[in-house]
Amino acid sequence: MTPQMAEPILQVQAISLSFKGVKAINDLSFSVRRGEICALIGPNGAGKSSLLNILNGVYRPDSGEVVFEREHFRGIHPLEAARRGIGRTFQNNALFKKMTVLDNLLTGLSRHTQSGFFAQALGLPRARHEARQFRERAENILEFLELQPWRSVAVGKLAYGQQKRVELGRALIAEPRLLLLDEPMAGMNAEEKHEMSRFILDINRDLGTTVVLIEHDIKVVMGLSNHVVVLDYGRKVGDGTPTEVQSNPEVISAYLGTVH
Amino acid sequence: MTFFLETLIGGLLAGTMYSLVALGFVLIYKASGVFNFAQGAMLLFAALTFVSLQEQGLPFALALILTVVVMALGAILIERTVLRPLVNRSQITLFMATLGLSFVIEGLAQGLMGAQVRALDLGIEDVPLFWGDVMVSQFDLVAAATAALVVTVLALLFNRTRIGVSLRAVADDTRAALSIGINLNRIWQIVWAVAGILGLVAGLLWGARQGVQFSLSLVVLKALPVLIIGGFTSIGGAIVGGLIVGAAENLAEVYIGPYIGGGITPWFAYVLAIVFLYIRPAGLFGEPAIERV
Repeated sequence: MTPQMAEPILQVQAISLSFKGVKAINDLSFSVRRGEICALIGPNGAGKSSLLNILNGVYRPDSGEVVFEREHFRGIHPLEAARRGIGRTFQNNALFKKMTVLDNLLTGLSRHTQSGFFAQALGLPRARHEARQFRERAENILEFLELQPWRSVAVGKLAYGQQKRVELGRALIAEPRLLLLDEPMAGMNAEEKHEMSRFILDINRDLGTTVVLIEHDIKVVMGLSNHVVVLDYGRKVGDGTPTEVQSNPEVISAYLGTVH
Repeated sequence: MTFFLETLIGGLLAGTMYSLVALGFVLIYKASGVFNFAQGAMLLFAALTFVSLQEQGLPFALALILTVVVMALGAILIERTVLRPLVNRSQITLFMATLGLSFVIEGLAQGLMGAQVRALDLGIEDVPLFWGDVMVSQFDLVAAATAALVVTVLALLFNRTRIGVSLRAVADDTRAALSIGINLNRIWQIVWAVAGILGLVAGLLWGARQGVQFSLSLVVLKALPVLIIGGFTSIGGAIVGGLIVGAAENLAEVYIGPYIGGGITPWFAYVLAIVFLYIRPAGLFGEPAIERV
């Protein structure tokens, strides 16, 4: 089934959000179909990060609703969002620099722990079983993202591109159905961007994860995504396939720059 | 030579008593970034609770378990009423809050359980042992063994459990931990409970030695030089710092004391701490603050 035919996994319905009277997002609606890679583009301050923060529950919109997997919610607690299968990475690499790659991956499962503190401290069978399972998942992620050689290295010692990959892995280990990536390729060179694009495509194809990402590099966006939503001053100015969006005059003036 | 060894070993063993107190500070400092001035009050409260329960005729083990429960409940209460409302405030605000907290806990402890000196008998015979010619205090040996056990348990907790992964994550970068949704409130409750239980262990040993009384809460002041020397953020540092302070105090008293009139144990550790501040401000194992320009 191609993404174009699939049902929506996520619907944003008439969302508005303002900070102290300044409208960050203004009556925004769009849908993301299951299995697609949807790129959010737009100039700085267009409301892209604010939107991600609404989707995983960091912000609560002033009005409007988010529908995820047919469930409606206005504000959702970040813990609840994670439990329902929304994972995300951050613009500013929220990694634990002194901890190893493996331990950083495991922190991504801290919200999914079933066994209690005492069960873990005493090493009860149930907790041990869970620990083994988590460990296996971490190994799979290490392999999938080609991070095995660095499993025991402190994250702070890795190159920037590798750190970004660890952060991706930490979101992935919780097996999200919807993955939100906030500028996964910011500050990368061409080669690193290419590598990261490949991993995102692999995740989307092999694991069936729906991806919503923010990206500035228009070439990367066009090569990676099958759906593009363009924001400008908190409003939607474009929504469609990369080719459609590229030829939309309003998008060209808002984002790509006026054609002279 | 025998005399020197005796002084050194006695000092090192006594130093582990300081380490036990310092460990409680390190845990809380790592997890919530605050120097918990109330650690001494928690220590007093734990020891008083234990002694009072024993006076009610409870057997040792039961009194111990009940005190652990009381300390854990206290930690949850402190997290709810002090830490959670003050989250993201400056370090000095949090420090002042723990300063106030220490007086509240001390006052409550003495109000509820009395201010008179209580004897505490842990059943450790304080008869000196002999290793060859060297005389060693049996009580100090038990204290050192306890410290070793505590450090082992803490290491297992931090490195072998998944709660430990979250604990280290919070200690590494609290903001990052928050942004990936680690439950900070629960982590604080666990850390303060563990620090309270550490206070109980230290309180029992110090209480057995000095009697359980108000002055027990002043052992925090003894932990300060240990923390300055070892670093505020390192469990290993608390141990090594305690050993250095214990050994230095004993050796200084014996070899320097006679020249300046003796009685230098109460202040020598602070002189040592100031020297360390000159040459290694972050302590032996602390993390130096690096500022980019």
